[in-house]
Amino acid sequence: MNQRQKVALTLEVNGRNYDVMVEPRKTLADTIREDCGLTGTHLGCEHGVCGACTILADGQPVRSCLMFAVQCEGMALRTVEGLADGDDLHPMQQAFWENHGLQCGFCTPGFLMLAVGYLEQSPDPSEEELRDVLASNLCRCTGYQNIMKSVRQAAVAMRT
Amino acid sequence: MKTWVGRSLPRSEDPPLLKGAGTYVADLTAGAAFLRFVRSPVPSGTISGIEVPDGETVFTGADLHDVGPLRPLLHRSDYVPIDQPILARDRVRFVGEPVAAVVADSMAIAEDLADQVFVDIDPLDPVIGIPAALDPGAPLVHDVAAENTMVDTRYDNGGVEKAFADAHETVEFQLRSRRQSAMPLEARGSVARYDPRTERITLFASIQAPHIVRTIIADLVGMPESQLRVVAPDVGGGFGQKYCVAVEDIVTVWVARRLRRTVSWIEDRRENFMSAFHSRDHRYTITGAFDKEGRLLAVDADLLCDVGAYSCYPVTAGVEPLMAMADLPGPYDFQAYRVRSRGITTNTCPMAPYRGVSRPVITLAMERLMDLASQRLGIDSVEIRRRNLITEFPYKSATGLTFDEGSYVESLERAVEMIDVDAFRRRQREARDEGRHLGIGFSVFSERTGYGTPAFAARDMDVTPGFENVDLVMDPSGFVEARIGASPHGQGLSTSMAQLLGDELGIDPRSVRIVHGDTDRTPYGWGTFASRSMVISGGAAKLAAIRLRKKLAAIAAEELEAAPEDITFDAGKASVVGTDIGIEISTLARIAYHASQKLPQGSSPGLLSQASYDPAGTFSNACHVAIVEVDVETGAVELERFLVIEDAGVLINPMIADGQVHGGVTQGIAGALYEEVIYDEYGNILTTSLLDYLPPTVAEIPVIEVAHLETISDATITGAKGLGEGGTIGAPAAVINAISDALRPYGVEVNEMPATPSRIRELIRASERASR
Repeated sequence: MNQRQKVALTLEVNGRNYDVMVEPRKTLADTIREDCGLTGTHLGCEHGVCGACTILADGQPVRSCLMFAVQCEGMALRTVEGLADGDDLHPMQQAFWENHGLQCGFCTPGFLMLAVGYLEQSPDPSEEELRDVLASNLCRCTGYQNIMKSVRQAAVAMRT
Repeated sequence: MKTWVGRSLPRSEDPPLLKGAGTYVADLTAGAAFLRFVRSPVPSGTISGIEVPDGETVFTGADLHDVGPLRPLLHRSDYVPIDQPILARDRVRFVGEPVAAVVADSMAIAEDLADQVFVDIDPLDPVIGIPAALDPGAPLVHDVAAENTMVDTRYDNGGVEKAFADAHETVEFQLRSRRQSAMPLEARGSVARYDPRTERITLFASIQAPHIVRTIIADLVGMPESQLRVVAPDVGGGFGQKYCVAVEDIVTVWVARRLRRTVSWIEDRRENFMSAFHSRDHRYTITGAFDKEGRLLAVDADLLCDVGAYSCYPVTAGVEPLMAMADLPGPYDFQAYRVRSRGITTNTCPMAPYRGVSRPVITLAMERLMDLASQRLGIDSVEIRRRNLITEFPYKSATGLTFDEGSYVESLERAVEMIDVDAFRRRQREARDEGRHLGIGFSVFSERTGYGTPAFAARDMDVTPGFENVDLVMDPSGFVEARIGASPHGQGLSTSMAQLLGDELGIDPRSVRIVHGDTDRTPYGWGTFASRSMVISGGAAKLAAIRLRKKLAAIAAEELEAAPEDITFDAGKASVVGTDIGIEISTLARIAYHASQKLPQGSSPGLLSQASYDPAGTFSNACHVAIVEVDVETGAVELERFLVIEDAGVLINPMIADGQVHGGVTQGIAGALYEEVIYDEYGNILTTSLLDYLPPTVAEIPVIEVAHLETISDATITGAKGLGEGGTIGAPAAVINAISDALRPYGVEVNEMPATPSRIRELIRASERASR
């Protein structure tokens, strides 16, 4: 099959359906960014290492640079654009803001989605578990401690 | 009135970044053609031909024959100017050097096309590493650079021979720092947007210094500077790597003009490791002379910096060797200093500044010297520092730098107290009895910040950065826009600058908008680097605010029938001091525009004030302490505690200041323990993914404890000293000294970074072999 032959598919992102035409080789990350126009999901390495492209697929944090869009039809996808309710920030966003959990902001969407996805499944993690999970992603600016602080605070807010 | 300065306000930058509404350069490619570079797969060779697929858009060095070369200049006889072609023409000089550019309608197709371009290269023997480059029989990377030396500078303050003759103890050691990458999480990239109506190009680029990028690209491409607008949108970290000009950005602009369409180049991670700038590939020989009491009498140093294949623009390949030479003495009081510092060219990726430039390595050198002398002389490692740190200010260093007020000894004493060193030593002894190896390491250092034109002029740079301009406008509704030449990219400058201006103008920081990173909207300035923005751009903003306030006071004085000098500004009001008579500042603004007949004579309508600031520079200082545990079986190092006593003068926003320290220290720890760009002997780069390069995650980084001292210095008009780089400068020495302290029973001294498990094991094995 010609690599440039496009296929039609429908992706559900943040509760909205996007009808897109993409090459089968196109990654989910590129599709979300270019075809759905949701550029909040960032690409830091395209090797699945940095986690900047982390989104939620059926509630699971996934590296969207390591998936193809054609794999994702029928999945409920959530990206950083779906976290806030208008001007009301999600508790995780609010906690990152209050605790200086970001500097340049490039890794932030990935950390937010990783932490939200994890806490939705495990609302009350130990310090050790939290550190383990957040070690999935890379940040170059913050030295991580304000990210840890933010996620701890958000965990409390999300439980209540 | 200090209402806002000193408060940890949440950052105004954050809401869009949190909502996914940040706009980075890769978010601006809609409608653009995609450009992909074909890069040299060999480190050295002669191009004999380039085969390109039929009917496709491919540009080579021949197409760009009238563009460039890039020729970064220092006006000094110990620097050899080197030309860098924008696309390689006859020779290639490092793996990853751009040779051709292909253009297609999607990134994927551009990548396919790039794979179909065949570059025939007759390979030459590459020069990899400093020893190979200095071998008398070594091939030359550039014919004009004899002995593969681009910079060869010497300095002798006198008295060194005598000091060594008089010395009670001489300490000599070799130090090595392996090559690092600044590794911003967003790689580089640019979008050159072509406007068919005006034929103007807007270059959106992930850069730190838009104005100089505009000047050099317009020069090289041969277009009037007014036809080029350069914008740094949200930038995903720079750390110096995005300060120097990327040849790729020049190509993007040239291709957009040639094709008359919008063209984008988005660097991938592998390219970033191969072709974006590296840093800190150094080898030093340090010799120190001490008297019986442990006082440092003299230092003799031979500093070698691998600067890679080309010189970076605008700071040149001199940036590392010249800074290493000038700043090596640090905060230690000695005058007899002799140094030779060289920049050696090799067939590897070029160097550029990376957070701290040479200072993480020279600080490691001085702090190792102190610890080695402490061992040799049997003087406690804290005590030997006490005896040598500068205590009287201003202090003129051996290389002529003037240190303003600082708290070198005080920061050390505070750290000793907070750590409880005596208690640690007890714990260390107990642990050793159990076969566990704990160690403590100190690092006391200065961070030269906010240096303006005079400091850069001392390097004889053709392009001399330094000043900052700020245009401050209050609009008729009383809102303020500060247009600045600095170009922040994560440092929170918009928030802290608004706090500063809030206090100067007596208004809420939320009424202040900072405009940066756009050559159409901001006055000429040098961007954000070298821990300078709050000092220099902040200083210019303060001066502009004082002028604006004067004008507002004159209007208020007329309205309130008072003397202008009796008008104070606070909480959005101009009031007559000691009375409850006042007027809203927004009303004054309205008058300045809509009732300008009321303005005092000689006053122009509107509210615009401009100022520039160009200070000589100031010194922040800090003491870092690391406590580590080393597993002698595996060589693994665990950080148990990391303490920072930081003195950066007045803190505008303490939360942001702490964030800079956390991030800086983390990069310093990374350099001390993990990160290393590796080339094999054939010149292939082996570390081209984040998995190979080993940037630390949250699992490797301990809680970083930060305490502040606030020394007030008149070298900075805002009272703020810079602190962007200090964390990275000080941390490696603390960590490496701590490892050496932990391994004292083995007599092991670590003089290399990163101290990886295999290197630590090798040192232990060597020591065990020696003692058998």
